[in-house]
Amino acid sequence: MSKDKSLSSAPRASRRGFLTAAGGLAATALASQARAGAGNPANQPPNVPEWTRTLGEGVAVRPYGKPSKFEKDVIRRDVEWLTASRESSVSFTPLHELEGIITPNGLCFERHHGGVAEVDPADHRLMIHGLVERPLLLSLDELKRYPRVNRIHFMECAANSGMEWRGAQLNGCQFTHGMIHCVQYTGVSLRTLLEETGVKPSGKWLLVEGADSASMDRSLPIEKALDDCIIAYKMNGEALYPEQGYPMRLVVPGWQGNLWVKWLRRIEVGDQPWHTREETSKYTDLLPNGKARRFTWSMDAKSVITSPSPQAPIKHGKGFTIVSGLAWSGNGKVKRVDVSLDGGRNWWPARIDGPVLDKALTRFYYEFDWNGEPLLLQSRVQDETGYVQPSKAELRKVRGYNSIYHNNGIQTWHVQANGEVENVEVA
Amino acid sequence: MSRSPKLIIAVALATFAGSVALAGGPQEKIAAKTEAKTEAKTEANAPQRFNIGRAPTVKEIRGWDIDVRPDGQGLPIGKGSVAQGEKLFMDNCASCHGEFGEGAGRWPVLAGGKGSLTSDNPVKTVGSYWPYASTLFDYVRHAMPFGSPQSLKVDEYYALVAYVLYLNDVITDQNFELTDKNLATIRMPNEGGFIMDDRATSEKAFWQKDPCMKNCIAPVKITGRATAVDVTPEDKDGKPRGVE
Repeated sequence: MSKDKSLSSAPRASRRGFLTAAGGLAATALASQARAGAGNPANQPPNVPEWTRTLGEGVAVRPYGKPSKFEKDVIRRDVEWLTASRESSVSFTPLHELEGIITPNGLCFERHHGGVAEVDPADHRLMIHGLVERPLLLSLDELKRYPRVNRIHFMECAANSGMEWRGAQLNGCQFTHGMIHCVQYTGVSLRTLLEETGVKPSGKWLLVEGADSASMDRSLPIEKALDDCIIAYKMNGEALYPEQGYPMRLVVPGWQGNLWVKWLRRIEVGDQPWHTREETSKYTDLLPNGKARRFTWSMDAKSVITSPSPQAPIKHGKGFTIVSGLAWSGNGKVKRVDVSLDGGRNWWPARIDGPVLDKALTRFYYEFDWNGEPLLLQSRVQDETGYVQPSKAELRKVRGYNSIYHNNGIQTWHVQANGEVENVEVA
Repeated sequence: MSRSPKLIIAVALATFAGSVALAGGPQEKIAAKTEAKTEAKTEANAPQRFNIGRAPTVKEIRGWDIDVRPDGQGLPIGKGSVAQGEKLFMDNCASCHGEFGEGAGRWPVLAGGKGSLTSDNPVKTVGSYWPYASTLFDYVRHAMPFGSPQSLKVDEYYALVAYVLYLNDVITDQNFELTDKNLATIRMPNEGGFIMDDRATSEKAFWQKDPCMKNCIAPVKITGRATAVDVTPEDKDGKPRGVE
């Protein structure tokens, strides 16, 4: 490959490199301004813009705030051909527009099997029964009287990146990786409620079930239920949004999103798994030999560069460039992230910034002086268990092409000389 | 809340034992809690009681407890035949799933696909993939018909399940009557097609001490492009979605 030489020698941004880049930026400022569109010169220096010369809206004109009108494209999107109806479908988080590790509530991806249930909290009940000493029926108000915990966790659909098993298909980070979000949950430890009801010694499994039109039910092993699960009623400080299971949902840290039952209405304790539809016909991973793995609950370590990416091209031309991305692991904390500019031949350590939390999104950066030549951008995470995110080739060698679920292979973005970015496969 | 010396001691003890919270219940309960917590920290049945909420009645549980297990636990008393199921299927299901379970448009295919699981296009149906007949009953009774779930009678659900099993040649006799007594005895063709999650052993190579940093692979070339597949949705202005 002709560009290989320049790519493999691409340095991590040094202070000197940064200064050079900054100088270069000033010199090309006019050119990039022209590229970005003229805007309205009347609002630009030396003129005093209209929002400085007039009064703005008063308080509480927007009793519940929302983003600036200039951010109207930062929205969840769906892929219509994926599913037969909107009620049983998915929308994707616009990862390419977001920073830090927390997903705003209104942008968290949705996956419903029977539409969004609009549950009146006054009528909602959580029932816990089965192999317990004292069956329990709780209202939302009663649940809130139990001791509270606050935890930040990512939630990823097991089918995230599932459309990419056979090759690069969707041209956008939102679509390839957007079935994930990360919020702070407030709720009650499931362990607390199981202790309140008293699980009988024979109680080894839980059936968790939602109150929506699909009444989705899943089996959860007691070990996980007693470990770190939460029955959450708040996300990022406010009540769960209806599409996220208002008034209460199950939080199963590090495990596939399908287990995080929304509109949670019932927990039954039993001595065996139920083998429900969502853990047999779905969410089982078909291998090349025709056998399928079942109960593949945990989400392996994974990372992706969110910008630049196909929906977030480089608009400034060559010079100092920020690569921003997310890494996570369902098995613990992120230990390190590396970035490649040449499709995985050579790697450079990324800089992690912000909190590094157990089973939560972790933000990383790689800053460098882009010489304007094409790049094959990749990121690779290693978690605290030592697991290293595999390449897609390595993953397919074990799992074949029909798995649908658990595609945590390394993503490649092809950055072209003009700054446009496309989703590609390399070999 | 009363503050007798005894209670304060109990509270101190409970706190010392690592008790998470105190709801101010009677002192003997707190004392009992302290003991249990100390001796059985990991037991789910350690009686740490808050006494918030109430017990559901038998009738309340019966109204919601509709799940079914492979061994038949949870099956309601009832019966339904293949012939009855065929009529119900045409009225309630065929518009999405097709008259023979072949699926309309992108709605789920229910029948066929046998022998396809190792092919490039596996067709996962009740007959080719689902391991247990109970799953079909559990799912259909929970979620179907799509848009009006839990609207049919128990006998009608038995009949529908019988018909879907018939479409898959799991049941071959048109006069067969599916009941709470015989459903758990039905064996599905792909029951043995599943293994437990074995990633920790079969993918052991993914755990490494130090990931490779230099000259890890030969120089690579682009072998596939999403733009060539061209299935990414566009915004109304014709631009790829989200590109400003």
